[in-house]
Amino acid sequence: MTQATAKSMPSASTMEAPVAPRRNLNRGKLGMACLICSEITFFGTLLATYLFYIGRDISGPYPQDVLDISVAPMKVVFNSIFLLTSSIWIVLAVKALRKGRIKTFACWWLLTILFGVEFLVGTGMEWYGLIVDDGLTIRTNLFGSGFYTVVGFHAGHVCCGLILLTIIFILTLCGYMHKRHTHKVDMLSWYWHFVDGIWIAVFTIVYILGTA
Amino acid sequence: MTILEKPKQTLHTKDPNASFLSYMHQWIATSDHKKLGVMYVTTGLLFFLIGGLEAAMMRWQLAWSGMDVVGPEEFNRLFTMHGTTMVFLVGMPILLGVANYLVPLMIGARDLAFPRLNAFGFWLFFFGGLLLYFSYFGAQGLYGMGSAPDVGWFAYAPLTERTFSRGHSTDYWILGIGISGFGSIATGINLITTILTMRCPGMSLMKMPLFVWLMFIDAILIMIAMPPLTAAQIMLLFDRWLGAHFFDTQGGGSAVLWQNLFWFFGHPEVYILILPAFAYVSEIIPVFSRKVIFGYPLMVAATIAIGFISLGVWVHHMFALGLSPMVNAIFMGSTMLIAVPTGIKMFNWIATLYGGRIRFQTPMLFSLGFLTQFLLGGLTGIMLAVVPFDWQVSDSYFVVGHFHYVLFGGLVFSIFAAIYYWMPKVTGRMLSETLGKWHFWLLFIGFNLTFGPMHVSGMLGMPRRIYTYHPDRGWELWNLLSSIGVLFQIAAILFFTYNVLNSLFKGKKAGDDPWDAWTLEWETTSPPPEYNFPEIPTVHSRRPLWDKKHPEDPDWKYE
Ligand code: HEM
Ligand SMILES: [Cu+2]
Repeated sequence: MTQATAKSMPSASTMEAPVAPRRNLNRGKLGMACLICSEITFFGTLLATYLFYIGRDISGPYPQDVLDISVAPMKVVFNSIFLLTSSIWIVLAVKALRKGRIKTFACWWLLTILFGVEFLVGTGMEWYGLIVDDGLTIRTNLFGSGFYTVVGFHAGHVCCGLILLTIIFILTLCGYMHKRHTHKVDMLSWYWHFVDGIWIAVFTIVYILGTA
Repeated sequence: MTILEKPKQTLHTKDPNASFLSYMHQWIATSDHKKLGVMYVTTGLLFFLIGGLEAAMMRWQLAWSGMDVVGPEEFNRLFTMHGTTMVFLVGMPILLGVANYLVPLMIGARDLAFPRLNAFGFWLFFFGGLLLYFSYFGAQGLYGMGSAPDVGWFAYAPLTERTFSRGHSTDYWILGIGISGFGSIATGINLITTILTMRCPGMSLMKMPLFVWLMFIDAILIMIAMPPLTAAQIMLLFDRWLGAHFFDTQGGGSAVLWQNLFWFFGHPEVYILILPAFAYVSEIIPVFSRKVIFGYPLMVAATIAIGFISLGVWVHHMFALGLSPMVNAIFMGSTMLIAVPTGIKMFNWIATLYGGRIRFQTPMLFSLGFLTQFLLGGLTGIMLAVVPFDWQVSDSYFVVGHFHYVLFGGLVFSIFAAIYYWMPKVTGRMLSETLGKWHFWLLFIGFNLTFGPMHVSGMLGMPRRIYTYHPDRGWELWNLLSSIGVLFQIAAILFFTYNVLNSLFKGKKAGDDPWDAWTLEWETTSPPPEYNFPEIPTVHSRRPLWDKKHPEDPDWKYE
């Protein structure tokens, strides 16, 4: 700051120093948003790899034979619907908690968990079929490597989410949940939405693009 | 206007009767950002010594043709461990440590947003590093010998596959780096959240010190660029242990894919390492020129631009691979583009120096060393961005010269600048100026003597990663010069070590604000009390301490 400008504004020193206004961001939610960002680049890498290897196998089983949704429509589509609708239940649960209705919250929350569990069971059954009937394992070919890695990591994330959801549910049963925890529960619901969102990407790439 | 109040010394908790065990417990169980910062930097410096030793061994072996100091297998381990150590166990922890210590102080906060996550991140890094080095004893190499990873710091496939890398050395590389990578991601997220939610009243984004801005962008890069490496490493692990085929060329996997995934992380990583250097000198140069930083908004904009562009240049590490001319041309363009915001920064620092009353104290010397050497490294970078030129010198000592000018001449010099500048805050004692000057000049001479000639040996065709060479190539002189430079560097590091140890016990008391600086960390005591500020400060400009020292001419009138 040059002396000259300072002298030319003698009255300025008596001015009130301005303080920039503050905005309040929630720490936990921001942290969760960041975690989701880095998870997205993680899954992005796995999915890019999967895309890269589509159609490069020289020995089967090929995705067209075992994954085509017209071949096995019930299993996967049914499963996906369960996972995706669980996102709706968790929104309703958070809404209920925000209004302080703990019982309603517990019901929706339990429904979310059950739908999530169904998805995992479905994935397990699908894998069983692929391994036992179709003879596809992670070491069979590129498709096997990519498929089990991508779907496995997604299922792992569902698992983590379910563990966290269950902890909240147990706390609810013990009577610890309160309206004031809405922020934290909401934060967890973001994670759940993220797991769902990733499934949409996995589904599109693995079951639709990959089998075309 | 009593914006800021002095912390009361009586609140400073320090029990002189505490036993050694309880003292250790204080450190190990801590979640205090300042203690963790010190632990990060100390561990980083220890790894710096180890990595330096490995480098010295390699230079000894290469000093003349046909030397027999280490064999080819050991040489491979040395350059792998050296590179991996310097990037992941020196650069990363030191930058995270300095940010840990300073970000809360600079934004007037009492800790990071998630202190326990912070401690978790540190311990992940620490044990990740130990795990990597445990490979020297634990991994099964050929003939049952213990052996460290030997696949290079970028671990190109398919050399890392089971077929070619028997035993566990590559697994140690994957797991050690992967684990410490998780720690970095956690701390990156922590920094972002802290900077966005915990700034003191009055500190809008555009009033943050540049240091905080740079670490903010740096943390975002960490958050975005580290997970792809983790994913790639996990796939490699699946290849090695579960028989997957991602990078297994015999099973249809692709070696090129690994290169893409690695460098998609790798290039942002080099910017993750250099942005903190920018951060340090952006604080030091103004203080030692007695001027405000030139073009603050432009600096911020350039930082953001660098962050974006650095995500889109990775293929310049793969020019020699034989990708299509179109791809090469595109990435040549984007690489040239990143030089623009980097150049803007250069000019802004020089403009800050221009007309300033420059104080040539050690932090400033190291910052000026940074400026010159980073400039040279940047220029060779632009040369390498030109595809035909790169084809000539890729994988030669020219590239080694380039990245040491940016990483050593840039990052390490700026780290020393930061240590001379901020250590008085951390320990409450000054480092010796005389020893500091010895340190600087010896390192400056040694560094340039070692890495300058590498450009020549590279042009003469000397490939990197060879453990010896024939006498008829005309490379001896240049290699000898490089190796002699190491002696100067060792001497410099001895001066530095002595200086630090001496200052810890006998250094001159620093006082709160030894450099007459302007950012909030100099407001509190040295060392700062556990809670940093007894009363959270309120700021009105980018230089709150200037406002306080010069109430007749405060900065906020002009910003
Ligand atoms: C003006 C900016 C820069 C440009 C245009 C540039 C360009 C390049 C290019 C084209 C290469 C590939 C050479 C080859 O392998 O054939 C390269 C390698 C490298 N650069 Fe830079 N660079 C720049 C700045 C930096 C900075 C700031 C750093 C780190 C702080 C850095 C670190 C590296 C490293 C570590 C390598 C070698 C990687 C390896 O092969 O192990 N560069 N650079
Ligand atoms: Cu690069």
